[in-house]
Amino acid sequence: MSAHERQATVSLLSTLLLAAFFLVYVLPRYPAGNPYAPEVFHFWGWVVVILVPVSIVANIAVSIVFSVIYSMATQEQASSFADERDKFIELRALRNALYVFTCGFFLAMVTLAIGMPPSVMFIVLMCSGYGSGLVGNISQLYLYRQGS
Amino acid sequence: MDTWAIRNNMRKLRFQHDEMTQQQLADKVKVTRQTIVAIEKGKYTPSLDLAFRIARAFDAPLEAVFFLEESQP
Repeated sequence: MSAHERQATVSLLSTLLLAAFFLVYVLPRYPAGNPYAPEVFHFWGWVVVILVPVSIVANIAVSIVFSVIYSMATQEQASSFADERDKFIELRALRNALYVFTCGFFLAMVTLAIGMPPSVMFIVLMCSGYGSGLVGNISQLYLYRQGS
Repeated sequence: MDTWAIRNNMRKLRFQHDEMTQQQLADKVKVTRQTIVAIEKGKYTPSLDLAFRIARAFDAPLEAVFFLEESQP
């Protein structure tokens, strides 16, 4: 497994951890009652405002912890050098992730168009965000495994 | 319709150059060993820039390293 495959695996793990954090700690705080109340929008606003920095910090923290463990276990530095093929694979993975997010965004708008509560739209948006992250990481792993 | 694939003589050239390893070639052209493996297997087509650097590493013209071959559709 190359350094970049390991990085993609770590990124996949941190995305899954964040999804678990979201399901366990964030969703249970959803305000009960009227789904069109201002508190619902307030809640989702805070979810996004908090989750964005938390996901960035978590990604960095997981990468650092992984690098330390990897260096201790193998006595070699985890390489951060990316050549043209790594960048090409990254771009293809990003393209797949964007397809998923675009579909999710469209689906979120459909939920609004057919009169579903805004919270459904937010849930679909959050899921498409996580889904696109997962698809990006899995695509990267697949392309590295395939050897392209 | 004819389809063309870019093939290469990298493996042969490496052995003609004192059995140069994939890692040594990778270090010379500043890419990872995995990229050299992918190019040799024909799974990745390098950029023109990288192709020229590989040719220069073997001190050979580009067409001695890479060539077009008609492939079965």
